Amino acid sequence: MAFFEGVKMTGGYGTGPDIINSCSVDVNRGEIVSILGPNGAGKSTAMKALLGLINLKSGAVVIDGKDISKLSPQDRVRQGISFVPQTKNVFAGMTVEENLEMGAYLRDDNYQNVIEEIYELFPILREKRNQLVGELSGGQRQQVALGRALMIKPSVLMLDEPTAGVSPIVMDELFDHIIKVKRTNVAILMVEQNAKQALNISDRGYVLVTGENKYAGTGKELLNDPRVRSSFLGG
Amino acid sequence: MRKNLNIIAAYTIMMGLIILVGIFQSWNVALSIFNMCLISAVMTMGANVQWGYAGLINFGLMGYAALGGLAAVLISVDPVPEAWSAGGFDILICLCLIIAIVFLIRFILKNFEKSKIRTYGIAGIIITGIVIIRITSESGIEAIEAVNPATTGFLGGLGLPIVFSWIVGAFFAAGLAFIVGKVALGLRADYLAIATLLISEIVIAIIKHEDWLARGVKNVIGLDRPVPYEVNLQTTEWFINLVAKFNSGKLELISNIADKQAALNQLVIEGSSVFVKLCYSGLFLIVVIALLIVTQKALYSPWGRMMRAIRDNEEAANAMGKNVVKQHLLIFILGSAIVGIAGAMLVTQDGLFTPGSYRPMRYTFLIWVMVIVGGSGNNFGAILGGFAVWFLWIEAAPISLFLINLFTVGLPETHELKVHLTESVPYFRYLMMGMGLLLIMRYRPKGILPEKIEIK
Amino acid sequence: MDFLNAIILLLNYIFVPALTYGSQLALGAIFVTLIYGILRFANFATGDMMAFGTMVTILITWYFQSIGISLGVLPTALLAIPFAIIFMIGYMLFIDKFVFRYYRVSKSPPVQLAMVSIGVMFVTQAVVRIIIGPADRRFFDGEKFIIKAGEFKEMTGLNEGLAIKSSQAITVFVTLILVSILFWFLNKTKTGKSMRAYSDNEDLALLSGIDPKRVVMITWIIAGILATIGGALYGLDKSFKPFTYFNNMLPIFAAAIVGGIGNPFGAFLGGYVIAFSEIFITYAYKKFFMYILPESMEPETLVQLLSTDYKFAVSFSILVIVLLYRPNGIFKGKVL
Repeated sequence: MAFFEGVKMTGGYGTGPDIINSCSVDVNRGEIVSILGPNGAGKSTAMKALLGLINLKSGAVVIDGKDISKLSPQDRVRQGISFVPQTKNVFAGMTVEENLEMGAYLRDDNYQNVIEEIYELFPILREKRNQLVGELSGGQRQQVALGRALMIKPSVLMLDEPTAGVSPIVMDELFDHIIKVKRTNVAILMVEQNAKQALNISDRGYVLVTGENKYAGTGKELLNDPRVRSSFLGG
Repeated sequence: MRKNLNIIAAYTIMMGLIILVGIFQSWNVALSIFNMCLISAVMTMGANVQWGYAGLINFGLMGYAALGGLAAVLISVDPVPEAWSAGGFDILICLCLIIAIVFLIRFILKNFEKSKIRTYGIAGIIITGIVIIRITSESGIEAIEAVNPATTGFLGGLGLPIVFSWIVGAFFAAGLAFIVGKVALGLRADYLAIATLLISEIVIAIIKHEDWLARGVKNVIGLDRPVPYEVNLQTTEWFINLVAKFNSGKLELISNIADKQAALNQLVIEGSSVFVKLCYSGLFLIVVIALLIVTQKALYSPWGRMMRAIRDNEEAANAMGKNVVKQHLLIFILGSAIVGIAGAMLVTQDGLFTPGSYRPMRYTFLIWVMVIVGGSGNNFGAILGGFAVWFLWIEAAPISLFLINLFTVGLPETHELKVHLTESVPYFRYLMMGMGLLLIMRYRPKGILPEKIEIK
Repeated sequence: MDFLNAIILLLNYIFVPALTYGSQLALGAIFVTLIYGILRFANFATGDMMAFGTMVTILITWYFQSIGISLGVLPTALLAIPFAIIFMIGYMLFIDKFVFRYYRVSKSPPVQLAMVSIGVMFVTQAVVRIIIGPADRRFFDGEKFIIKAGEFKEMTGLNEGLAIKSSQAITVFVTLILVSILFWFLNKTKTGKSMRAYSDNEDLALLSGIDPKRVVMITWIIAGILATIGGALYGLDKSFKPFTYFNNMLPIFAAAIVGGIGNPFGAFLGGYVIAFSEIFITYAYKKFFMYILPESMEPETLVQLLSTDYKFAVSFSILVIVLLYRPNGIFKGKVL
């Protein structure tokens, strides 16, 4: 049994049609798992289902053996599930340090040491701690976004297309940071468009097609699978 | 047919209420409510064209209504030759100066790149312009305002029949709307609301304080009417005969000739004022019906469909190649022009122009209550809103007096609370308007008569 | 000497009144900007809410006066304000619960909320006028002046006097304290920061576990405090008339937008920008030039850029210009 698991999830938005159909994903601590697939395959929907942003018709979400399918998104945050949205993932009008503090909003203990840990992880943020996040570069912002999500010391970190719209150099840098986070024994689940690069750093991956699991395997297996290569990785 | 049942029912009830007022209060009151309802309806139609068709918020209705009223003065009042000879020349020079400054700024905007120097340059031109205009105009304005200040003290108008002002008022309002639209329409909704409100306040401030234009807060009274005067009617033979014929049943019951004559005189006096109001009703009805036909046609035309498409999804409409900015400007001008007509109609009916009475409560927010309550996007709804809300606005006082008496029935007449509440009766109308608006927005957000067309 | 006289003249007729008026506007503008930043609508009931708070202050002041409580040289109203604030907070939370909450929960567009606030404006206006009436009321008691113009002349031997009313001093003093506390709260406390976070990015604030209900409640509480104090200070300094308060909404909006709506510090400065420009532009400088220019160059006219009739028009024009050139306000920087 994996640490964090979505089991046979079926659901969609409101009363609309089901977007994901009996879709299952799981991830263990210290592991990076990518969800891939063509546009409209239900990748983001699967992630929203895990977060509790849409209601499931059937299936379950389980963390550490505990069923959390009925919990609200805020309560899932308390369970240690952190999420970095694709866009608007920082408080642009606040300083770097304030962003981190807001990430720790639910912590009542002294979180100063956690902020220090984040600064160890992303040294540039220490330098810019009193600067407004809106004035930082795209890559630095993504680091702030990651840092904010890590402030509750999550056991599961979910990333929605973390590299969307950043330059290739920044993308490599970001993936490096994500690997660093993984080493702190966090379970990382991400949706990615840049499939090849994502699979390179992933331990495992899922390919969704029309809301269903189509292929699954380790990053290497998927990269070398001719069917996956031809349909999603551009040969 | 079934779809129109709502409309017919709503209008029947509305007319029934007005007729009840006629029976229980007096036909004079009923007709003056009816006339004001018609004017309100024109204003709401203007607001509805902007808000209902295109989703544009215009909180500057007050300013356009006042410009319409100004038009009524400038069209109907006889020119004051002494004032013209005293200071007309200075005013004309100032007008030329203003035009020159506007063109100079346009020229700079067109021919120079955007830069700090350009911005400061324009600011400098405006400030020097104001200083020069103040210096050149001062003596002229003083001279004009000194000409018989008790009755004129302004340049006067053109001395034309006042009905022309309904058209001219529309043009005045359209002109202002063009400027405001050019300047403010790019703003997002709530900024637009505030900007239009403030600009209309500026317009009112100018009308109030530029006495040479329309006497400012000293008001212009006794504007010429497009309909007969009561006093004249009372001595006109055919009218007296008409009244006698109408009331022949009643008059025949009186045997004494002197009494009969007295009764007839009384009836003629009452009748004359009813007759005058009926004449206004007729004129206003023509405007309302004409506007209704035009706006309905527009609503169902391809242009109306396009406007709604823009309103519901601006980006998509933009992507389909519709010129959203241009269409918004056009509809802003059209709606404002309609409000301008209403403003001119109002001053025509009252026969006087009182710039001090243009307050946002009455001429902006109340009209908006009418639009929201009636049903935005639906012309019949907008007109009904104008009727219903104006009716309530006038009848609020008697209704609340009745309610106060009902609730304080156990208290003696001199009880402090009862006296205080009775004195406060005029303010219960605000309470009713507010509660009405809140209830409608909560439980019937599309208004009494909602928009019927749904866009798929 | 003439130069000193000129300076005193400007202090007396421009600086002191503008500073007072600016403080009064600033409190209102922060109120508008907080509501806009966190609840995301333009509150057209601003002026009337301030009138309501002032009315409650006046009623309590009357009560205190009737039972013989006073603050000696200070106006009794200062003692009444805390009680009025408590009442006003209740009123704000009541309105939120029964009016605004519904639209917030159903995620209505800001325009609809603005319309609803017009409904609240009508109702509040009615309640104020029914309870206390539309008349002009003064409720200032205590010592009227700190320095009288005559005393100042005697003291300094100058031709020009400088008068400072105690209501003016109280206004500026209370405003500075209140605003300092508010900014400390917003920038240094966890709750304050969570409010700024909510205003900045609502979705992310929710994902961080910030409780929106708490944020909204605290916003209304602060709004109640600002409305009461802002309104009461204005009433103490000038007088209380419901219609004036309704009209004050317009320069207050102007101040909030000039400062960049959603930015309290901008709103604070915006209040002074509006107040000073209104008075600067409509002041007649004739006397000032008489002091500093040699006799031969003395001006004949009033040397007034615009007549005082256009006081409001000045601030509105500034606003329109700001909206056109810098729709985000003239002060860059943090939101909320």
